[in-house]
Amino acid sequence: MIIQGLAFYMFAAITVAAGVMVISARNPVHSVLFLILAFFNSAGLFVLMGAEFLAMILVVVYVGAVAVLFMFVVMMLDISLAEMRAGFLQYLPLGAMIGFVLVMELGIIGGSWVIADNVDKNFVAPIVAMKTTNTEALGNMLYTHYVYYFQAAGMILLVAMIGAIVLTHRKRPDARKQNIGDQVSRHPSDTLEIKKVSSGSGV
Amino acid sequence: MPLATLPTLTPALPEIFLAIASMLLLMLGVFSSEENNTRTVSYASVLVLIVAIPFVGLVTEGRTVTFGGAFVTDTFAVYIKALVLVSAATAIIMSKDYLKIQGIERFEFPVLIVLATLGMMMMISANDLIALYLGLELQSLSLYVIASFQRDSARSAEAGLKYFVLGALASGLLLYGMSMIYGFAGTTSFDTLANIFHDAHGHVSVGVIVGIVFMLAGLAFKVSAVPFHMWTPDVYEGAPTPVTALFAVAPKIAAMGLFIRVMVGPFGELGAQWQQIIIFISVASMLLGAFAAINQTNIKRLMAYSSIGHMGYALIGLAVAGTAGDAALQALGVQSMLIYLGIYMFMNIGTFACILLMKRDGRMVEGIDDLAGLSKSNPGLAMILSIFMFSMAGIPPLAGFLGKLYVFQAAIQAELYALAVIGVLASVVGAYYYIRIIKVMYFDDPVDELDRGISLEMKAILVVTGVVIVFFVFYPVPLLTGAESATAALFHK
Repeated sequence: MIIQGLAFYMFAAITVAAGVMVISARNPVHSVLFLILAFFNSAGLFVLMGAEFLAMILVVVYVGAVAVLFMFVVMMLDISLAEMRAGFLQYLPLGAMIGFVLVMELGIIGGSWVIADNVDKNFVAPIVAMKTTNTEALGNMLYTHYVYYFQAAGMILLVAMIGAIVLTHRKRPDARKQNIGDQVSRHPSDTLEIKKVSSGSGV
Repeated sequence: MPLATLPTLTPALPEIFLAIASMLLLMLGVFSSEENNTRTVSYASVLVLIVAIPFVGLVTEGRTVTFGGAFVTDTFAVYIKALVLVSAATAIIMSKDYLKIQGIERFEFPVLIVLATLGMMMMISANDLIALYLGLELQSLSLYVIASFQRDSARSAEAGLKYFVLGALASGLLLYGMSMIYGFAGTTSFDTLANIFHDAHGHVSVGVIVGIVFMLAGLAFKVSAVPFHMWTPDVYEGAPTPVTALFAVAPKIAAMGLFIRVMVGPFGELGAQWQQIIIFISVASMLLGAFAAINQTNIKRLMAYSSIGHMGYALIGLAVAGTAGDAALQALGVQSMLIYLGIYMFMNIGTFACILLMKRDGRMVEGIDDLAGLSKSNPGLAMILSIFMFSMAGIPPLAGFLGKLYVFQAAIQAELYALAVIGVLASVVGAYYYIRIIKVMYFDDPVDELDRGISLEMKAILVVTGVVIVFFVFYPVPLLTGAESATAALFHK
C-alpha cells in the first residue's frame, strides 16, 4: 500500500506541476512537451486505478497522435508570444470570474461532502469484481450490448471523412503526377530522335 | 464464457440497408466515369431511398425492440420514416439541374443525403438517449457538409459554418441535459425512464427537470423553434436551394418525430413540467414566423420564417400531448401534429420545386420581385405556386387549412384556448406575406421573363404535390389512418 500511495503522489504531483508548466512555459514547444509529460503521468494514475486499457489508450492516442499533431501545429504556426500576452490583462476579469465560479463549485461539492454524511455513497462507481482484463471487458460490452452504438459511431466517422474530402479536396489539373503505366509503356521512338553526326563537323 | 447472442436485426433492416447502400453508392461514384457519375449516383440514391420505403413498411403493427432496447420500430416510426424518405428522395431529384447550373456536380452530394436520411431514421427509432444522440449527430454532420457544399460561394460556406457552430452548441446542450437525466435517473433507456417516472407519479428531482429543459432546448434548436431559430434564415438563404428544400422538410419532420417520441415516451408522465415550455416556444414561433417574414425580399429567407411559423403550429399538437393523465387527449394532440407534418411536407416540397424553377438566362434567381408577371409568362407555374401559397396561408379548402384545423381543434379540446386564438391570429398575419407573392405574380408588371422549360421530374413533383394539396379535402383517409395508427403505437404499449 505504501508503494502505491507513494506512486500516486508522485504521478499526481508531476501531473499538476506539468499542467502548470503547460500554461506558464514561455516557449510553446515546451508547453506541448509538458503536456506530453502530463499525459504520461495521468496514464500512470490510470494504471494505479486498475484501468490499464485506458492508460494504454491515453499513451497511444494522446501522446502518440494528438500531442505530436499539436507539436506540428505549434511549430508551423510561428506564434508570436508578445501578441499572445497582449490580451492578457483584457481577458483577466473574465478569466478570474470563471475561475471564481469553478472554485465556488468545488467548494460546494466539498462542503456537501462534509455536511451530509451519506453523500459519499453517491460517489461510489458501481465496480463489479471481474476476473477479466479491462480490454476483454470493454470488448465484451462494445461488440455485444453496444454494437449498435459502435456501428453508428463508425457511420459518423465515415461522414466526417467524406465531409473533409468534399469540402477541401480540389482537383489540380496542372499538377504533375507520376503515372507508372505511362512510364513503362513509353517507347524510345516517341521521344528520342537519333541523329547521325558526321565526325569532325560538330553538333 | 458463453457467446453473446446476436441481436435481432430485422427491425433495423431499413437502416442496415441504407448504411450498406450508402457505401456501395460511394464506390459507384468513385469508380464510374467522371463525366456523369453525379447523375448515376443521384438516380441510384433515389432508387435506394424508394426501395427503403417498403423495407420500412414491413412493420404493420405492434412494437419491436432490438439491440438491447436501444432501437425501436413501431407504426409511429414507419409513418415518420416514410415522410422522411419521400422528402429526401425528392430533394435529390430536385437537385439535379441546380447542381449542374452552379457547377457543383459532385457525386458525394446524393450520398451525403442518403447518410443524413440514415441518421434521421436512426433518431426516429431511438429508444435510448445514446441512440438518440448518435442518430442526431449522424444527421447533423451530413447536413453541415451539404449546407456548405457550394464551397466557392462565401454565403454557402457561411451557412455551413453557422449551422455547424450553432448545431454543435445545441448538441452540447442536449448532451448536458441527457447527462443530467442519466445522473439523476440512473438510466439512458427510454423504457426504464418511462417506468421510473410512472412510479414517481410526477414527483421527480429538480435534476431531472433541469435535464429535460436542456434537452428541450437542444431539440427546439433542431426544429428551429423560437428562441433557438436564429440560424434558420441565414442557413436557408446561404445553402444551395435543393439543400434548403431538404432542410425545410426531412430533418424537421425527423426532429419533430424525435421530439414526440422523447416527450410522450419517457417524459409523458411529466407533462405538467414541460407543457408550459412547449406552449411558450409554440406561441413565440408562430408570432415570429408571422411578423418577421413580412419584410423579406428573398424567397428562401421568407420560406425560413415560414417554416419557423409552421413548426409553431405543429408544436401546438405537442403542447396538447403534454396534458398529463388524459391519454385520449394526448393521442389527439400527437395525431393532429402528425397530420400537420404530412401536409407540411407536401406544401414545402411543392413550393421549393417552384423556387428551383426560378431561373433567368440560365441562372438561378431568388428575389420575390423576380416573380413579377409570372402569370403572363408562365401561367401554369404561377397557378400551382398560388395553390401552395394559399395552402400555406391556410385558405380553405386546401390541405394547409385542414392541417391547421386539426391542430387548433386539438388545442380547443385540451382547453388551451389562448394557444388556438394566437394561432389563428398568427395565420391571419402570415396570410399577408403568402398572398403578397400571389399579388406579385398576378398584378405586378413583369420585369424580365423567367426561363421556361420544366423538366419531366419537376413536372411530376409539381403535379403530385399540387394534386395532394387540392384534393386532400376529398380523400384525406390515407394520411388520417396513417397518423392514427402511428399515434396508437405510442399510447397502447
